[in-house]
This record gives sequence, C-alpha cells and structure tokens, in this order.
Amino acid sequence: MEIHELSIQGIRQALVSGQYSSHEITGALLQRIAEENPRLNAFVTVTGELALAQAKVADSRRARGEQGPLLGVPVAHKDIFCTRGVRTTCASRMLENFVAPYDATVIRRLQESGMVMLGKLNMDEFAMGSSNETSHFGPVRNPWNPARVPGGSSGGSASALAARLVPAATGTDTGGSIRQPAAFCGVTGLKPTYGRVSRYGMIAFASSLDQGGPMARSAEDCALLMDAMAAHDPLDSTSHAQADGQFYAGLDRSLEGLRVGVPEEFFGEGLDPQVAEAVQSAIRQFEKMGARIRKVHLPNNVHAVSTYYVLAPAEASSNLARFDGVRYTRRASCPRDLTDLYTRSRYEGFGPEVRRRILVGTYVLSAGYYDAYYLQAQKVRSLIREDFRRAFAEVDVIVGPATPTTAFALGDKSNDPVAMYLADIYTIAVNLAGIPAISLPCGFDRSGMPVGMQIMGNYFADEQLLAIAHQYQLQTGWHLRSPGQQGRG
Amino acid sequence: MPMDSIEVNRIAHLARISVPEEEAQRTALQLESILQLVESLRAVPTEGVETMAHPLDLQQPLREDTVCPEEGREWLMASAPAAAEGLFLVPRVIE
Repeated sequence: MEIHELSIQGIRQALVSGQYSSHEITGALLQRIAEENPRLNAFVTVTGELALAQAKVADSRRARGEQGPLLGVPVAHKDIFCTRGVRTTCASRMLENFVAPYDATVIRRLQESGMVMLGKLNMDEFAMGSSNETSHFGPVRNPWNPARVPGGSSGGSASALAARLVPAATGTDTGGSIRQPAAFCGVTGLKPTYGRVSRYGMIAFASSLDQGGPMARSAEDCALLMDAMAAHDPLDSTSHAQADGQFYAGLDRSLEGLRVGVPEEFFGEGLDPQVAEAVQSAIRQFEKMGARIRKVHLPNNVHAVSTYYVLAPAEASSNLARFDGVRYTRRASCPRDLTDLYTRSRYEGFGPEVRRRILVGTYVLSAGYYDAYYLQAQKVRSLIREDFRRAFAEVDVIVGPATPTTAFALGDKSNDPVAMYLADIYTIAVNLAGIPAISLPCGFDRSGMPVGMQIMGNYFADEQLLAIAHQYQLQTGWHLRSPGQQGRG
Repeated sequence: MPMDSIEVNRIAHLARISVPEEEAQRTALQLESILQLVESLRAVPTEGVETMAHPLDLQQPLREDTVCPEEGREWLMASAPAAAEGLFLVPRVIE
C-alpha cells in the first residue's frame, strides 16, 4: 500500500513498527498534495515547511518513547479554525490576510497530541454553502468526478480525504457541513453533540448550531481524532463539563438488540431512488448484524430548513458584525467617512451568499418582524427537538439518508439559493436539536458517485454512533473504495 | 412578504453593507424567495410552546475574575488594515 493510501490507524502502525518515519509520511503527502491539489483546489494554504518541522519533532518524541496514537500523523484543518502564525481566511476576501494571534482549542489539542499540520482546507465562505462554490479561492472539485461539487461547507476536507491527500481532517457542521460533503465524497464524518468539541478559535457562523468534528476515511479514524478533540474548554462558555469520552476504546460493541429507527419523513418525495436503495440496503445490513428495525416519526422535520434559514442568518448577522474593516479585516480604499468605511468594506469583503444571509438575518431581527420570524422559529425549534425526544424514547439510533441526492454538478444550484438550501433537508434538524450524527458511505449510484447514510443519536451518543459505524465498516467495504480504483472493476 | 429596493436599503443600512443601486432589485427578489421559503413557519401552531435558544439549556458557567496579562498590542494588531502607535486608524469622526 502506498503511503498516501494509509489510514490514521495504518500510519500509526507504520510509525510504531518503524516502517516509516513521520517525516517520510509527511514528505510523501506534501508531494501528493503538490501533484493533485491544482485540479481539486482542496487547500487554501499548504504549510510544507512547518509540517516537516513538526514531523521531525514528532519523530524525536517517538524516539524518546512517547506513543500517542496520533503522534506524527498528518492532518489538515478547515480554514475556519484559527492557527497562530498561519493565515486563517474562512475562504473570504474579508480575511484573506488575517493571521490569528492564537490557536483554536481544536488546533492546540491536535497539535499537543503530536499531529502534523499539512495546511488549511478550502470551504464555503464563512461556512455558508452546500457546494463549496462560495469560496473566495474558487470552487473545490469532487475527486470522484471533477465536474461535480464536493459538498459544503467542509468541501476541502472531504475532497482532500477522498483524493488521499490527507488521512485526517477537521470540519465544522452548522446545518450539515461535515455530513453532506462526507456523503458526497464517500468519506466518514461525525457532527458531535453540541458542546463536546470546543468552539474557541473556530470562526463563528451560527453559535447555537456550530460544532466542530472529525473527518476521515473510517469511523475508527474519526474515533481516534475525537479522543483528542473532545474535552471541556473553559475558554468556550458553551463547552460541556463532561465533553470528553472514550471514543476509540468504545468501538467494540455488538449491534445485537440495537433498536434502529427509520423515519418515514426521510424517505419521501425528493429522495433519489438510488440513494433510497443504498440506505435501505444498509438498514438490512444492520438487521443482519442483530439490530431491530422500526419506524419512527419526525413530523416537524418538514419545518427544519425554514427554521434554520431564520435562526442561522439571524445569528450570523450578529456574529459577522465584527468584520468591520477596522481591526483585523480587509478595508475598502479611501473611505469618505466611518459609515462608508463599514458599508463598502463589508460589501467588498463578503461574497454574495454571505451578504444575502446577513441581510436576511438583519431583516428577521429588525423591529416589527422579530416575533413573527425569530421567536416563532425558536418555538418551532423546540418542536423539532421534541420530535427527537419522542423518537429516542423508542429507539437507540435513527438511520436515514444524509442527502437527498448524490453530488450534483458545479453550477447546478449556484444561481438558486433556495434550491441549494434544500440540499440540507436531512441534516439540519440534528443541528437545531444539538444531537450527534455520523455520515458514512453506504453505496454508489449508477454514475459512480458515493451515497452517504446518516446515523443520528441522542445527546452524548457520539461513542455509540462511532461504534455502530465502525461495526458496519468491519462488515462492508464502501468506505475503502477510492476514486482511483473507479473503473478497475 | 413583498420586498422592494426601499426595504432592501433599510436592511442594508441596519447591516452596514452597501447595496449598489443596480443590485437592489435583484437582491430584493432573492430575499423575497428566501422569505417565501420560511413563510410556512408562521402557520405552525406554537401556542404554549417554549422558545429554544440553545441545544443543551446550559447554565452560564462562571469563573473567578482574575487578571491575565495579554500579549503585546503589536502582535494582536498585526492584521489591522491601518494602525499607528497602538491605535486603530479610522476616518475622522469628530470635526
């Protein structure tokens, strides 16, 4: 097996056995990034020198007897996580020259575990998008078919993983931004329970929905990352006191007697029959492995997209007020006065989708509309959470498609914001409730594009979701397919 | 919800984002289509339903109010578009 094909677990074994050093692995991946990234555009910044220096440090730590599972394993970060001394752009012109004065907690924790940072990954601007087409640095391509989108907003992460440029990546998920690109690119990604992974240093989009999480090519690898990422953080006031867990150690768990709920609302109109077929077959696989399948209802899921497109823009309009052209962002040239400085800097710095969402958010929060939109959406959010409470009284987990279709073509929805929003119809309710969900490959459509399923769990069921996904991946091989093997039979 | 360029300009002013005249009409149409998407919410019966602002209804954690020295201004202000003598420069506000 070539170096770039190794999983986190595979790299770990190669480092332990002495087959490769971290420096060799890092060098091989940097070489591959240099060859493949120009056609994929998955990276915004490659930190080659820094990576090789970190790899050397990891190698000497290992030589001194340190044995952490992530020590010397390369990773790349979504460019939404602040990195001290390395620019953090959020894929926006507004931050194209921003160098954070501190590391995000996620960055710090993974660095302390000995991971080697290869660079910063492309994304939708400020994480607002489902196709990675809103990036100031241009769209990311799907390695399974470069005419298709990789999904978004963590599109660079998913594309880089699928193309075997990186074995591990970070992502963030506000309405599906880890799970939808994971599904479109055939990789595995966990959106953790709200509060398990620190948001400190993660540029805020919608604070009550944003959650960072791991992306990799298997649930096992995601579990290794979660062991390092999840922890209580006093620097994030929404961090949960019991955020940490035993993710990797909990993978060995039988599915015997597991109660799996299947929501009818996720298999209705708008679902591509080929996606439905692949997910149904995964559900039969769970049954074979001892799970008991039953129907559940999430009647308010139909309101999830609408609720989200009130609440997320409202929170965004408030969060993004900090980008003012004064303190650390790009400024418009020759401002007439302070108002002109603000308004033109924000017009020039933000792309059309970000401006649109700020305007929608400002509108629903403005005098006369607050009750009708914002308060009402917060009430419907309660109803959506209540749906999950009822369902989880009867079942342990809920399984359904991650997305209504496989990856669509570049340009397909970029001129129709509402059509783009509907791509997240199955992922949004999870963020509104704050529960965890994992997305993993479960088949391919006839055009050779990966299909992703989603397993949703109750609060703090992250360990259970990883274990179920891992057990599924022990029995199936969808997650092992790579774009390079396509057509080889 | 009908949206016109006057309404767009009102919102744009609140958001401190300029919307050039030639874009106002198109922006109005796009905002209208997004508001149409969320319009269905208004018909959902929610009498007696509590609002949900946050997933875990966490208590706001408190900590001791201790002094922690921050690093130098220079480093913190390194990304500022215009700064001098540890201050951010902006156009004259008071004549």
